[in-house]
Amino acid sequence: MKVLVPVKRVIDYNVKVRVKTDGSGVDLTNVKMSMNPFDEIAVEEAIRLKEGGTASEVIVASIGVQQCQETIRTALAMGADRGIHVKSDEELQPLAVAKMLQAIVAQEGPSLVLLGKQAIDDDANQTGQMLAALLGWPQATFASKLAPADGALNVTREVDGGLQTVWVKLPAIVTVDLRLNEPRYASLPNIMKAKKKPIAASTPEDLGVSAAPRLKTLGVVEPPKRQGGVKVASVEELVDKLKNDARVI
Amino acid sequence: MSILVIAEHDNETLKPATLNAVGAAAQVGGDIHILVAGTGCKPAAEAAGQVAGVAKVLMADAPALDHQMAEVLAPLVVGLATGYSHVMAPATTNGKNLLPRVGALLDVQPISDISAVDSPDTFQRPIYAGNAIATVQSSDPIKVITVRATAFDAVEPTGSTAPIETVDAPEDPGLSRFVGQELSDSSRPELTSARVVVSGGRGMGSAEAFNILDGLADHLGAAIGASRAAVDAGYVPNDYQVGQTGKVVAPELYVAIGISGAIQHLAGMKDSKVIVAINKDEEAPIFQIADYGLVADLFKAVPELEAELKKAG
Ligand SMILES: Cc1cc2nc3c(=O)[nH]c(=O)nc-3n(C[C@H](O)[C@H](O)[C@H](O)COP(=O)(O)OP(=O)(O)OC[C@H]3O[C@@H](n4cnc5c(N)ncnc54)[C@H](O)[C@@H]3O)c2cc1C
Ligand SMILES: Cc1cc2nc3c(=O)[nH]c(=O)nc-3n(C[C@H](O)[C@H](O)[C@H](O)COP(=O)(O)OP(=O)(O)OC[C@H]3O[C@@H](n4cnc5c(N)ncnc54)[C@H](O)[C@@H]3O)c2cc1C
Repeated sequence: MKVLVPVKRVIDYNVKVRVKTDGSGVDLTNVKMSMNPFDEIAVEEAIRLKEGGTASEVIVASIGVQQCQETIRTALAMGADRGIHVKSDEELQPLAVAKMLQAIVAQEGPSLVLLGKQAIDDDANQTGQMLAALLGWPQATFASKLAPADGALNVTREVDGGLQTVWVKLPAIVTVDLRLNEPRYASLPNIMKAKKKPIAASTPEDLGVSAAPRLKTLGVVEPPKRQGGVKVASVEELVDKLKNDARVI
Repeated sequence: MSILVIAEHDNETLKPATLNAVGAAAQVGGDIHILVAGTGCKPAAEAAGQVAGVAKVLMADAPALDHQMAEVLAPLVVGLATGYSHVMAPATTNGKNLLPRVGALLDVQPISDISAVDSPDTFQRPIYAGNAIATVQSSDPIKVITVRATAFDAVEPTGSTAPIETVDAPEDPGLSRFVGQELSDSSRPELTSARVVVSGGRGMGSAEAFNILDGLADHLGAAIGASRAAVDAGYVPNDYQVGQTGKVVAPELYVAIGISGAIQHLAGMKDSKVIVAINKDEEAPIFQIADYGLVADLFKAVPELEAELKKAG
């Protein structure tokens, strides 16, 4: 079976983001961009499925600016087979992304789409569920374990109360959580090999999808800054402060 | 305007986050209806009918709705949604699993995890791990929204006597099935609604050592949380994780022990009223946001703190 992994280029998780002074968004000039960490986990899982003989081919897709090709290359260096880049300079929202992924699924016919549970920039946590809805496929979100089972998958999910296991019939959507696996680093030979792997280029128009946003961002501000407090010298002083100043105990 | 709130419940009782979602709905304004979908969920529906500000309860009670799988529940919500201006749910793992599926079926772009209501079509939401707050306006005819529970006051659980109307549940399309669960059972308060949270990080060192927080938590009536590093290391189960990609908490008192204060962790707790940090590294970033910082070895400080609290009564 083919596995499709959508990968998103996001601000690196180590970068301290700055809100633009005009309030139009977050300053992305000259900041380090990386693959969304959850998507690295999704790519890793797809490659393991291939190594384990369950998957036949791993295709990665990224939608966005030209530099998304770097993100695709990273996935190819990890071991994915080929890439698809849908080029768009617009502000993309999950509904539009999900519609484009739906079109890619129609072209490629994967049996499984593995996505990150959320992208760490917009923190929407939507795309996988929306893609599942558009395709009429089952969804197993926040996966921490995946076990192939005869035309289906048993997926363990991280939920508020603990862990839940669901059975989903293939084709299916799985969104991955942090503890599914530890992604590998690409080796130098594999980085070299990845340069020769194909990346097909397309556009939202080619896919017949409008990328026009439904949500208008009216402004972006910094949250109120929390004032650092005081250091206390001892446990006694701490308890005294909590009792008499903060009055929380 | 009329708003459909999707209740989070276990068939018997409502989960506290439902009351915060109703609180957000009340800020939007208009009639508030609440959907209770499950199996044998009449007690939860009756509880929902008492929630202050609720005008009507819709109850869907069917075997197919056991465990509220999104594949069954989403079409049910979609069928009901056309009568409403807003569909809202708490931003719990259930809400996050369900509402985007509803949104896509309605051809609506959902709005995740709102932290404020500016007007019926304009909302604030944290992005980039809470390092920026975006104000977004929706042009969709139905607004599909998940609500950050800690950002809205809970409404009173009683006060209304709303009628319960039964709605038909859709067929199970057979795409998915609940297999089993492993819930961390705890006599402690629920993490996201506790008044006090005591969290441990990698500094705890091991699962056994993590237990030293029990006595402290017992004394404070606290829920126990953790950093991702502590969960990854297997000290505690996944549902303890506080942060950008775990749970968001905003208790009266948050005690961070052996936690360095990475932005991903801060995203989940920096709206707490009072923050205490205990860390042996005086440069740890957690001290930059803590109201009270104690530079100390936790294995010494935690037992001392427990003893001192007992003394203070
Ligand atoms: C203030 C603001 C400014 C913005 N500015 C820009 C901008 O300048 N440029 C821009 O491109 N976007 C911009 N966006 C859009 C935003 O960053 C997201 O792309 C969009 O909202 C999708 O949400 P998400 O990534 O949180 O989705 P989620 O649903 O959290 O993503 C889950 C998963 O879906 C998949 N996925 C999501 N998006 C893609 C993608 N594009 N390609 C492949 N797979 C994907 C990944 O597997 C990902 O892990 C902006 C948003 C806001 C609020
Ligand atoms: C995509 C992504 C998502 C993430 N999501 C989350 C999330 O939701 N929540 C989260 O918490 N993290 C998250 N993280 C991880 C985050 O970046 C940090 O790695 C993590 O929070 C660190 O946990 P920690 O503070 O326990 O460990 P460390 O950073 O290792 O800190 C341990 C601290 O303990 C102190 N210490 C050690 N021994 C003692 C002692 N004996 N006495 C006193 N102090 C001691 C040390 O001085 C140190 O400050 C995420 C990361 C990524 C990439």
